[in-house]
Amino acid sequence: MDVLLDIFGSANFWAAAIRIATPLIFGVLGALICERAGVLNLGIEGIFVAGAMAGWLAVYLGAGLWGGVLVALATGATFGLLHAVLAVILGLSQHVSGIGITLLATSLSYFTYRTALPTVTSPPRIVPFQPVSIPGLSDLPFFGPALFQQTPLTFLALAFVALVAFVLYRTPLGLAIRAVGDNPASVEAQGLSVRGLRIGAVVAGSALMALGGAFLTMSAFDAFFFGMVNGRGWICIALVVFASWQPGKALLGALLFGAFDAFQIRLQAEIGQVVPGQVFLMLPYLLSIVALVLVARRADYPRALLQPWFKGQRH
Amino acid sequence: MSFRLEARADASIALKLLVSLGAGLAALLLVAIPVLFAGGSPFTAYGLIIQGAFGSMFALSETLNRATPLILTGLAAAVAFRARLWNIGAEGQLYIGALSAVLVGSGLLQMPPMLLIPTVMIAGFVAGGLMMIIPTLLKQRFGADEVVITLLLNFVVILLVQMLVEGPLKDPLSMGWPQSVPLLAEAKFDKLVPRLRMHWGLVVGVAAAILLWVLVRKTVLGFEIKAVGENRAAARFAGIPVDATMLKVALISGGLAGLAGVSEVAGVKGYLSADLSPGFGYSGIVVAMLAGLSPVGTVFAAVFVAAVFVGADSMSRATGISNYLADLVVALSLLCVLIGGFFLRFRIRYERAAAPAAGA
Repeated sequence: MDVLLDIFGSANFWAAAIRIATPLIFGVLGALICERAGVLNLGIEGIFVAGAMAGWLAVYLGAGLWGGVLVALATGATFGLLHAVLAVILGLSQHVSGIGITLLATSLSYFTYRTALPTVTSPPRIVPFQPVSIPGLSDLPFFGPALFQQTPLTFLALAFVALVAFVLYRTPLGLAIRAVGDNPASVEAQGLSVRGLRIGAVVAGSALMALGGAFLTMSAFDAFFFGMVNGRGWICIALVVFASWQPGKALLGALLFGAFDAFQIRLQAEIGQVVPGQVFLMLPYLLSIVALVLVARRADYPRALLQPWFKGQRH
Repeated sequence: MSFRLEARADASIALKLLVSLGAGLAALLLVAIPVLFAGGSPFTAYGLIIQGAFGSMFALSETLNRATPLILTGLAAAVAFRARLWNIGAEGQLYIGALSAVLVGSGLLQMPPMLLIPTVMIAGFVAGGLMMIIPTLLKQRFGADEVVITLLLNFVVILLVQMLVEGPLKDPLSMGWPQSVPLLAEAKFDKLVPRLRMHWGLVVGVAAAILLWVLVRKTVLGFEIKAVGENRAAARFAGIPVDATMLKVALISGGLAGLAGVSEVAGVKGYLSADLSPGFGYSGIVVAMLAGLSPVGTVFAAVFVAAVFVGADSMSRATGISNYLADLVVALSLLCVLIGGFFLRFRIRYERAAAPAAGA
């Protein structure tokens, strides 16, 4: 019991939970935007890798941290556009296209890294984003270090949760995006372009996914490693279902996941001698599976998810 | 002038071949860009890849050795995708198959090779199949999406294998390397040609492709798979046991991926380690798509993908261009063949008159 109290009572733990949640917040929001518009984007895992590599490489080559963020966004948007061409314009299998994008984005990132840095033996480092202080809040006892001493990308992720929620539920654009994933015929009847909305959503969502990757190389760590994304993208796809495609619940899901991951790391430090480390490493994946199975029955999938749309199509 | 899309009833074999060739050519053209980016000459690179893959008996053996697991994981994806069961978990199923091979074949059972090899293969097949039956049941009982679950299970299984080869299964004679106790000699596959690495797993793979072709084309189950894949609701309405068919497909698909793991352990490595597969499960998806989900085509697609990997390694040693080029070729081939599928499904008709205003 003392162990648990020690863990949950430390500001350090909550700070770590939010840090671990940050890339997932970007990823879940990105996947949510795509799926709300009716497009599953399994390119997410590769887009994470590409965002991580491209953002980091831009900073390494002197673009500055925010320059790196822009490069990551543009990289994600480009792969999103490719997925949109295949899945929306040509109406091809969203599953296969997404897997193809993941393979392409991953291999292109690894190839570019090796080609740009042919001789390095240990990964070169950059100076990553540093935690910023918010006057007043960061100095609060416990809550300051627990919640308000994060890097700018974490605050950006939280801002995006609010922005995505606002756009989806409070603007005509959001209404159109939600409708295009539920009942595209109604959108077309209003004279809006189903495909245009879907393409826009996939591009925007993919750009956000890439930020999730960029957080890894530019904020959580200071270098790019092969295999560093390690299934985070797939976890986001599970978390979207868990979050019922709602931004607020997506934030909650990502934070719960982050807290769980931070907890298992600390638990491992306490009882790691008794239980092999891999058991702890498995937990996040198993947790995602359990979460998915528990909510699946009442999951309210966007009704037109996975269904391509051809202009003038009639049911 | 405008154009409209017209669905094709069925594409001819000639068109299918044309589209596959076109997709391959398009992929090669696209890959020229990163080669130029890396400062190389595309023609030299392609030449070296082909030479590295087929230029000698040794190269050919390496290519066929690499193709062996890809045939099996490719078949695993092909049979599942035919029924629209999205098995993206072949990587995990491969490891579970390899794990079972080691559990059964490293001393637990003492038998002559005639018995032990089939036993090890059955163990790997069943274990891989069960590994796919779990997500299929979760899909049927709880409506949980099999894509995400099979993907996530890959990570779980590889961690499980890591844990076992560092712990209870660790070979005490491995000088500290995290690898399992070796397979008994009686459980290992013979080489096809002395001193070359290609082994009887290749024969297993080709035989599996032929068996799957027979199953798909000539049996009731094959008909049921086709019906379930084309329209699940209609199949159910027509009285086809959809759930049972999906479970059979899951067993076959996961089982074939499990066999790929057995083949790598029994034919190549001789033991289990967490780096047994450099993504054979994921490449199997590409193989199946390149083959248009045809079982016999899978054999050729697997040889193509294997040749790209083996050839790119040798090209990389000669030119210094990163061998991740192979992964790029494979990814681009998948996307090109996917686009090619668009031309198989639709014919594009140009019309001089403006299309009717409906929906425009």
